[in-house]
Amino acid sequence: MRQTAMIPRVLIALVLFFLVPGVVLAEGLVAGKDFGEANEIIVTFSQSPDRQTAGDPANYTVYEEQDPDIRLGAERIVLSEDGRTATLVFAEPLNTTKPHVVTIANVAPGAESFRVTKPYLGYLVTILISALLINNFVFTKYLGLCVFFGTSKRKDTAKGMGVTFTIVMVVSAIMSWFFYQFILKPFDLNFLQIVIFIGLVSLTVQAVDTVLRKVNPILFNAFGVYLVLVIANCVIIAVPLILADNEYNFFETFMLSLGAGGGFLLALYLMSSVRERMELANVPRSFRGVPIAFIVAGQFALAFLGFSGLNIF
Amino acid sequence: MATDKTNLQLVVNGILNENPIFRLVLSMCPAVGISTTVMNGFMLGIAVLFVQVFSSCTIAIFKNKIHPRIRIPTYTLTIATWVTVIDMVLAAYLPEAYARMGIFVKLIVAFAIITMRLEMFACKESVTASFWDGIGMGLGFMFGMMALGFVRELLGLGTILGYDVLGFKPLLFFVLPFAGFFCVGLMMGFFNWIELRYKRAKQGA
Repeated sequence: MRQTAMIPRVLIALVLFFLVPGVVLAEGLVAGKDFGEANEIIVTFSQSPDRQTAGDPANYTVYEEQDPDIRLGAERIVLSEDGRTATLVFAEPLNTTKPHVVTIANVAPGAESFRVTKPYLGYLVTILISALLINNFVFTKYLGLCVFFGTSKRKDTAKGMGVTFTIVMVVSAIMSWFFYQFILKPFDLNFLQIVIFIGLVSLTVQAVDTVLRKVNPILFNAFGVYLVLVIANCVIIAVPLILADNEYNFFETFMLSLGAGGGFLLALYLMSSVRERMELANVPRSFRGVPIAFIVAGQFALAFLGFSGLNIF
Repeated sequence: MATDKTNLQLVVNGILNENPIFRLVLSMCPAVGISTTVMNGFMLGIAVLFVQVFSSCTIAIFKNKIHPRIRIPTYTLTIATWVTVIDMVLAAYLPEAYARMGIFVKLIVAFAIITMRLEMFACKESVTASFWDGIGMGLGFMFGMMALGFVRELLGLGTILGYDVLGFKPLLFFVLPFAGFFCVGLMMGFFNWIELRYKRAKQGA
């Protein structure tokens, strides 16, 4: 019972930690830009511009980044009291999933052009959902299968393995990110990627093992056996390699590793639910055990293909 | 403890009795992920053979110097070193095949089969025995991958090693990525079925 009470608390702590991402502001004339209502773009200036020019819709050109030829004309500009915030109101709702390019002429010397994209947090959640469902590591990338088939016989085992794996995954991915950004890249040691990343995983496993044994023996008794298996899971080394390839930043790394761990937990749980019921079914003798599990996994993989078009933010 | 098997028995054991893919059910990721053609299976088989043989020998040489408590990290780092070697060699000399295998060459480091063989065999046995066991396991893996690739390529594309054999595509389904699961499951069932019949025939006789 104690473990089940801990898991939501840990999750809440992680989410809270996450909701404080740094906001990067553009330099120069434009201090901030954002989508407002469905048909608005809000621009904040760093100093008060001339009200006449800043309020003139003709000085603004807006288009979606993919289609520079289709100009979206702003219907009117609403300036705030001090003139530093201009709200561009459009006749039609904007497609906020696409980045928009806004060019301001005449307000400052020369034209100022900038991109307006959906909020960074939304982008992060997209990475999470993508790793969790759309690109689930088990069912659409076919990684971590040895451990997946080994530990999906019982729901309890599946939960233990999934949670242990998620924790080790997040910790080791963040450490790998630090090593990659601050040691491997500056010193041009990229050929050592595999050795460093797997070494960090070993280190994390050993550290979690030692700490858990001392701090919480009950939890250790429940989850300790799965720690050794974590290292035999391909996902644990695939995630650091992916984040090094894609040059993810810290928050993206965190989201990707959380999604990978959560996706593994989800896959394990789904699979163990089916396998528990399958023991009652009359399976042909030569297919009993692992072969039928593979066929069930294939059906899950087919079902997960259905997520491929998912687009939330 | 020295093994009482001859070198040939060790190799055959790896290919048949303890085949990594169909018997031990280890290293399933590449078996599902990239076994779409015979050639893919062969290339990854070569890489695994190389890593398995060299890691087994390395551990067999240094087995008395490794402290039991840190043996797993030691195995992992040994494997990682050899994987880095084969990764760079393949990227330099066979860039096309390397691109097709993608991330899987690097993932050899996490294949359970290699660590398991080091833990079960190489840390107890002599260098020669470990060498032959490594060869057997590597060949067993290669055989499993090529068998899967053979079935999937033949049924999916009607070709073998890129040569058109059938002239038509019987079941395009089999080259689709997720069909790896079905293919492995069906082949495992098939091998079990053969074994069951063999046993039954033996009992009847």
